[in-house]
Amino acid sequence: MNRIDWLSGYLARLQDEHAVVRHDNAQCLAPAQILELDPEDWGSAARMAASVGCRWAGVWGDQTDEHIVVRACLEYQGDYLVLVTEVSLANPVLASHTPHYPGANRMERHLQDMYGIALLDHPDSRRWTRHRAWPEHVFPLRNDFPVSGHGPGRARADSDYPFETVLGSGVYQIPVGPVHAGIIEPGHFRFHAVGEDVLLLEERLGYVHKGIEKIAVGRDPAGLARLAARVSGDSTVAHTWAACMAMERAAGVEVPPRALAIRAILAERERIANHLGDIGAICNDVGFAFAHMQFSRLREDWQRANQSVFGHRLLMDSIVPGGVFRNLTFQCTKILQPQHAALSQELDSLLSILDDHPSLEDRLVNTGIFSCEAAQRLGTLGYVGKASGIDYDLRRDNGYAPYDRLQVESPCLTAGDVAARMQIRADEIRHSLQLLDALLKRLPEGPVSVPWPDNAANGEGLGLVEGWRGEILSYVRLGADGRVTRFFPRDPSWFSWLALERLIQGNIVPDFPVCNKSVNASYSGHDL
Amino acid sequence: MLRILNKIRHTGIITERAPRDAELEALGKQVKRQIDRRIGGSLAIRQVDAGSCNGCELEIHALNNSYHDIDRFGVHFVASPRHADILLVTGPVSRHMEHALRRTWLATPAPKFVIAAGSCACDGGEFGVSYASCGAVENVIPVDIKIPGCPPSPLDLLKGILGALRNGSG
Repeated sequence: MNRIDWLSGYLARLQDEHAVVRHDNAQCLAPAQILELDPEDWGSAARMAASVGCRWAGVWGDQTDEHIVVRACLEYQGDYLVLVTEVSLANPVLASHTPHYPGANRMERHLQDMYGIALLDHPDSRRWTRHRAWPEHVFPLRNDFPVSGHGPGRARADSDYPFETVLGSGVYQIPVGPVHAGIIEPGHFRFHAVGEDVLLLEERLGYVHKGIEKIAVGRDPAGLARLAARVSGDSTVAHTWAACMAMERAAGVEVPPRALAIRAILAERERIANHLGDIGAICNDVGFAFAHMQFSRLREDWQRANQSVFGHRLLMDSIVPGGVFRNLTFQCTKILQPQHAALSQELDSLLSILDDHPSLEDRLVNTGIFSCEAAQRLGTLGYVGKASGIDYDLRRDNGYAPYDRLQVESPCLTAGDVAARMQIRADEIRHSLQLLDALLKRLPEGPVSVPWPDNAANGEGLGLVEGWRGEILSYVRLGADGRVTRFFPRDPSWFSWLALERLIQGNIVPDFPVCNKSVNASYSGHDL
Repeated sequence: MLRILNKIRHTGIITERAPRDAELEALGKQVKRQIDRRIGGSLAIRQVDAGSCNGCELEIHALNNSYHDIDRFGVHFVASPRHADILLVTGPVSRHMEHALRRTWLATPAPKFVIAAGSCACDGGEFGVSYASCGAVENVIPVDIKIPGCPPSPLDLLKGILGALRNGSG
């Protein structure tokens, strides 16, 4: 089905339900189309969308004077549709999408905590992002909430969160975190187990909530790019790209082709660096130190080249509104090209050793299985989705520049276990190396940035980028003074965290680290 | 097994080969001397992410790779603050982590050093102080040493750890 077919089918079904729909063809959120709805039809729109097979990709609020505008993003085979409605500040009530899209659960609770919108029929009314740093009846993203909050005072521990409980003979709980044993981000995991078997894992996140959406307001485009670079440090390139793409669309800025190609080089380098680290770390979590040391060596080599070519080991702040910060000189391409070939050779030898290691296979195969059906239902993205039959990659399926002129391949498996998630990473590294070669070979000439227009104001834009964890969606609205009035970055981790809770069930507690590593969701990208 | 051994042999000891390692080695030996003298040969670090974007964590991990191999200087990361000599804290302290950070600090036996690693930990960085963030680590617990950088490189981190041993009150 092409865009017209599925969308007209969807609209027809909505009209059958007597939903009042204004189908606005305005390109302000291109490539997404926009559908304005009455708030009463919000729930049925989601039900219809689920029945035609749309994926649910996110929801965010945005306050105008007396209303909160709510937008939800849907995707169907690479086409995007944004549903828009508004509720009054006096009576902010909206039907929940979670009954039709379980992946919406926590993002809707985030909306509830940050804007005070009551979600009808939501299966879980507990708070999510809010711990004890601000009281229940105030909402940080409303305009009347000061960015400094209400008075200093120490924030108390979030000790009374009502966790689910499993009762029964021999059932015990293991509370883990927020401060974890390794060098990782903070969050709380509550296990219910019998013997070694995990009956239930419940995550409690929000510990690294640092008010990103609130402190974005009032920034200039360059300032927002710097903030976006720190939404999740391991995805700094992808988040900055998505935020800049949104701002550039809002302001009608055309990015030069050379800058786009360099952005893609940065994004592929970020993907490879993270996948290298993860493959080593997955092996390490089952005690295979050899692979860990080898892959961390490769990652370090890769980061050192980042430093010498782009001036930053993690490539932070390499992308700026209107282009990229630094040009890629001819000498630099001569550093990068041999590195691609060298990494490719290293992978050949290392991956064949891994393949040939039955004791590794014994630990990774059939561990932490995430079913294709669950992945579909939750709208899981990136390598977690691709290992469970979700064959979706934005670079291929909604080819934004410069990927629209490249041959993008994306791996897909159906086993859904830790081994499959590791295999997807290995395959993606190979595909990214091919893309890097192709990008370097046909690097367009010309400038690497355009100046930001002084008169850019009053616009909104949607940035969509395939980061190394999967699709990143970034919404930006610019106000009359050209400064940011709303920023919402949606990391794929929102869905991966839900996947982790499901795939750990029935596994043993000691396998949690490797299962967690195989998903490697971002705390910071999720907590905002 | 033979192929693994071959690969290891072929890779060699990269710790000594890396181009920037002259400076690293010199630093590392200083660290080792300080550790031997002041803490009896072993320095235990408990890393606490109090709200970082996870960029700092990636570089702290890199301290353990074969190029930097921080273990050889007697420096190692431990799982509990009760085993730690140093708290290595990253991030602006989110208000949701404020309590946990304070309790981690209390659980660390004296004498203890606190290193604030990364620009956010030093001065709040890009996030500053807000309804959700306490800003710099020193706004929540006493800090001995600051290592700026976004994120600080592994070499910067090693220098900072040396600084903690020189300046620390313990």
